[in-house]
Amino acid sequence: MAQFEIRRYIPMEAGGIDVSFTNSSLFMVIALMGITLFLILGMRRQALVPSRWQSMAELSYEFVANMMRDTVGTSGQKFFPFVFTLFMFVLFTNMLGMIPYSFTVTSHIIVTFALACLVFIGVTVLGFIKHGAGYLKLFVPHGVPVALLPLIVVIEIISYLSRPISLSVRLFANMMAGHTMLKVFGGFIVMLGFLGGWLPLAFSVAFIGLEILVAFLQAYVFAVLTCIYLNDALHLH
Amino acid sequence: MPQLVFADFAPQLVWLAITFTLLYLILARVALPRIATTLEKRRDVIANDLDEAGSLKRQAEEALKAYEAALAAARGRALAIVAETRQQLTAQADNEKAAMQASLAKRTAEAEARITAAKTAAMANVRQIASDTAAAIVGKLLGDTPDGAAANSAVDAALKR
Repeated sequence: MAQFEIRRYIPMEAGGIDVSFTNSSLFMVIALMGITLFLILGMRRQALVPSRWQSMAELSYEFVANMMRDTVGTSGQKFFPFVFTLFMFVLFTNMLGMIPYSFTVTSHIIVTFALACLVFIGVTVLGFIKHGAGYLKLFVPHGVPVALLPLIVVIEIISYLSRPISLSVRLFANMMAGHTMLKVFGGFIVMLGFLGGWLPLAFSVAFIGLEILVAFLQAYVFAVLTCIYLNDALHLH
Repeated sequence: MPQLVFADFAPQLVWLAITFTLLYLILARVALPRIATTLEKRRDVIANDLDEAGSLKRQAEEALKAYEAALAAARGRALAIVAETRQQLTAQADNEKAAMQASLAKRTAEAEARITAAKTAAMANVRQIASDTAAAIVGKLLGDTPDGAAANSAVDAALKR
């Protein structure tokens, strides 16, 4: 579990709050710089016929843009920069975590929960701005027998309120479980030594491939769910 | 579990807020507009090129149509010229044939006339020879040559029989 520990590189305090520069902060900054360089340097020529790098930058843009068009429609274009930022941030922090001896920012529940809360609060405020009190109709599905309505409304409210929890726990648990698993099998390799260590080694290699897929997939899922919540807030059934 | 060390929450949240906000600002203000304009520019260029290609294709089709029309007209004119020329040549040939026939007929007639004349002349000579011969024979037989007029009349009388 040492890989998940927060280490303070530069202890700092501002207004009674601990704002130390930690290993987590370091990888957030690396992700920030990585995304910025990836996109800005990739697009430095803005060529009509793109280079490979520019293609990748454009591909990431179009990937998120298509995802938003499919789930939210054109009315969600205003929120595209936010969803794109969210997707790239989660993707880069997940992927950076795959590098040995690095730190996985998204393996901490507080980070994913903060992101999920940002989405949840943003979407809820947006819904109320857009529809006023009418946004509460979200909790009353169409075509439900009146007798069942009280029960259904309660369930709907609980499911709505559990959105940030499911969103954050899904990402955090996936990242933590994957890294823990890799750590455990890495330990097996060492324990079984030169004779018996090949099997867990092979498993580890395969599992790293799977983990890279999961790193991408979880970023995608996070962004897609954000889009779906946005769609609920904008279109209300 | 390091994830549940509450003392570590504050620095993570603060740095998350800082980096996420910065990232959002950089992407929304600089990076994404750049990509968007590039993609839009490309779409425009492609659309323009397609339009241009379409108009060029239309022009080519029109040119082809014009060419085919010109070709058909030329072919029609060529056929007309051929027919006219053939007619002219046929008429000319007919004329020449007629002229040739006329001149042949004329020459035939002339030749016939000459033959008739020659025959008449020959006949006249024959009569003269006959009367001379008759006179000579009579002279030889009787020893008394008749004069020309008597021989002539005698020959004429014999020819009339």
